[in-house]
Amino acid sequence: MIPFNEIIQAVIFIIGLIIAAPLFGGYIAKLLSGKKNILSPVFGRVESLIYKSAGINPSEEMDWKRYTFSILIFSLFGIIILTVIQLIQSTLPLNPQRLSNVEFSLAINTAVSFVTNTNWQSYAGESTLSYFVQMIGLTVQNFVSAATGIAVLLALTRGLVTRQGNSLGNFWVDLVRSTLYLLIPLSAMFAIVLVSQGVVQSFSSYKEITTLEGYKQIIPLGPAASQIAIKQLGTNGGGFFSTNSAFPFENPTPLSNFLQMFSILLIPASLVFTYGKLIGSKKQAWIIFFVMMFVFVFGLLVSTYSEYSNNNIFQISGLMEGKETRFGILNSVLWSTATTAASNGSVNAMHSSLSPLSGLVAMFNIQLGEIIFGGVGSGLYGMLLFILITVFISGLMIGRTPEYLGKKIDAFEIKWAIVAILLPNTAILLFSALALKTNAGLSSLANNGPHGFSEILYAFSSAAGNNGSAFAGLNTNTVFYNLMTALGMLIGRFGVIIPCMAIAGNLVKKNITPTSKGTLQTDNFLFALLLLGVIFIVGALTFFPALSLGPLLEHLLMNNGITF
Amino acid sequence: MKKNIITSVKIFLIMTLLVGIIYPLFISGISLLIFSNQAEGSIIKADGKIIGSKLIGQKFISDKYFWSRPSAIDYNPYPSGASNLAPTSAKLKELYKNRKEIFARSNFVKNLKIIPNEMLFASGSGVDPHISLQSTLLQVDRISNIRNFNKTQKEELIKLIATFIENPQLGFLGESRINVLMLNMELDKIK
Repeated sequence: MIPFNEIIQAVIFIIGLIIAAPLFGGYIAKLLSGKKNILSPVFGRVESLIYKSAGINPSEEMDWKRYTFSILIFSLFGIIILTVIQLIQSTLPLNPQRLSNVEFSLAINTAVSFVTNTNWQSYAGESTLSYFVQMIGLTVQNFVSAATGIAVLLALTRGLVTRQGNSLGNFWVDLVRSTLYLLIPLSAMFAIVLVSQGVVQSFSSYKEITTLEGYKQIIPLGPAASQIAIKQLGTNGGGFFSTNSAFPFENPTPLSNFLQMFSILLIPASLVFTYGKLIGSKKQAWIIFFVMMFVFVFGLLVSTYSEYSNNNIFQISGLMEGKETRFGILNSVLWSTATTAASNGSVNAMHSSLSPLSGLVAMFNIQLGEIIFGGVGSGLYGMLLFILITVFISGLMIGRTPEYLGKKIDAFEIKWAIVAILLPNTAILLFSALALKTNAGLSSLANNGPHGFSEILYAFSSAAGNNGSAFAGLNTNTVFYNLMTALGMLIGRFGVIIPCMAIAGNLVKKNITPTSKGTLQTDNFLFALLLLGVIFIVGALTFFPALSLGPLLEHLLMNNGITF
Repeated sequence: MKKNIITSVKIFLIMTLLVGIIYPLFISGISLLIFSNQAEGSIIKADGKIIGSKLIGQKFISDKYFWSRPSAIDYNPYPSGASNLAPTSAKLKELYKNRKEIFARSNFVKNLKIIPNEMLFASGSGVDPHISLQSTLLQVDRISNIRNFNKTQKEELIKLIATFIENPQLGFLGESRINVLMLNMELDKIK
């Protein structure tokens, strides 16, 4: 049985989100619009100073090609710098442990990982990266990769609401405003709260101590709180320490745990209502929010049920392997569901040791395309692609020209939407197949049987879904996995961003036709059901065969008491 | 295009200054002012010597101390780590069986079903500082025996344990638990 106090936590979490998202979402719309807001007196000057010193004219408009080019060049530059500072970290300051330079394939993997907002980690933070790399390299990408996601969402939204235009806004302005008005103030407040709970924020060297019973122990430290705040708020998920938010210095108390879980979903959920405000329809926003919440709660129920069911091998339920005493079972599955629904990927319990169906929910959340709230910005622009496809399919069914928000959807949009949805999925399946057929792929396995298969499938799902969590037994710090997952992350990020921008560039030119009796409504429950149907059919058709060889098979074998 | 590249470089540098340097230093400054102990790792000292961190669990295997949970990294978090063993792992089943036998034998537990789950499975971080109240109480007989406690001392120990119970935060968050290191430090004071 699930204890009552555990249920209460999940209920408060969900209700909190339903209350906070619409309120905060409307506020974000105001913050990002450039109009005067509560932060303007402080940050307004900083903003104009930034434009001045970077030589940006904030009123300059960009078409889709220039906007996309700016994103790509900015990201490429980020990857290069981040790789270089890892390769030379031993010569840089703030390295009290004298950690050596990072190996090339690992440096590339880590750089791509943080720039694409994946934050997959083939390394252990405390024994691989200096304070310099974590703070000046990784923290920066934690901010700007999230801000880039918001920028793409804003561009796509402008494509939908502008009548016969050309401009999608200015990438630099969107990037600066999202960082300055939204991400920095929230992160700063959150970081201080985290420190109050015991998250470290220190530049001292690690403490080498002798324990009470007389053993040697090394206690790692670092400027962690400032990074962990944005790690959660920006759906990044990359831990300062190897075991992420299971490690007490990263997540010391149940309160820090609850707030971190909440901040995983806060911005992605709120952006739905920001979008609603920008397109001038609260109802549309509620329908999208409902669809996301429905899949989230469904996943949570399956995951919780599975975790509390009897494991026939151990004859008990709720195995504590890979979980922390202070969080218990429910907080572990609530986190694993939230972190995979959003493309966050931080963990407070080891996903590899979860019951098979809980692992399945985590994996399937990612494979749906990271659109169940999803990443900051990226979740919603991914969802909008599914909405376009749903509009198109329904249009075909009732024999009307498909329209969304008054814009005609034709072959161009649908082709690019299909490309964006299928590219990451193809990468997941093909790369997993490649790993399963090569020694380089198989020699990294930690578990046998179907779970070993799941380790590989999870790794590539997480990479191409830009999630970052793992069945972490798999040793991915090899040249094969470092390069293959890096490629997967690039496909999952830019294979969606470029099609999205192309669609925005095409939509912006179109006229807005007034709604008539024949228009398919996209703000009612019928549409929500259609959308759910499309999401599940695409996800299930693509991944059901693979999932049945992994977690589903493991579940059935576990019920028969079979071990590997 | 060339202009775009130059702008990109400039914005990158400005962002690095803003969120890579100013922001973390601002957080560090505030932390040192109001939460310096937490920011530096919640270090605990006894007689001027560092014993460890309140938040980082330690290895306890001798009979005279309360035991911590099993750990995949032997409580040395450099780096932290977990077993990542599957719920269908034969190795995990073997470990579970052995841990259960050892715990039952050492603590004179007859009914194996009452041994809490967390004492038989390794934690996520490898340095989980807590165990449940039940796991703590099950170890009282062993510790009293080895320390030759008389009846009053044993009662004193149980009272001591009660003072170390950490209830769910704000009344509903997380699990009730006991910090093993903090309890063990006080244990030596029972004379």
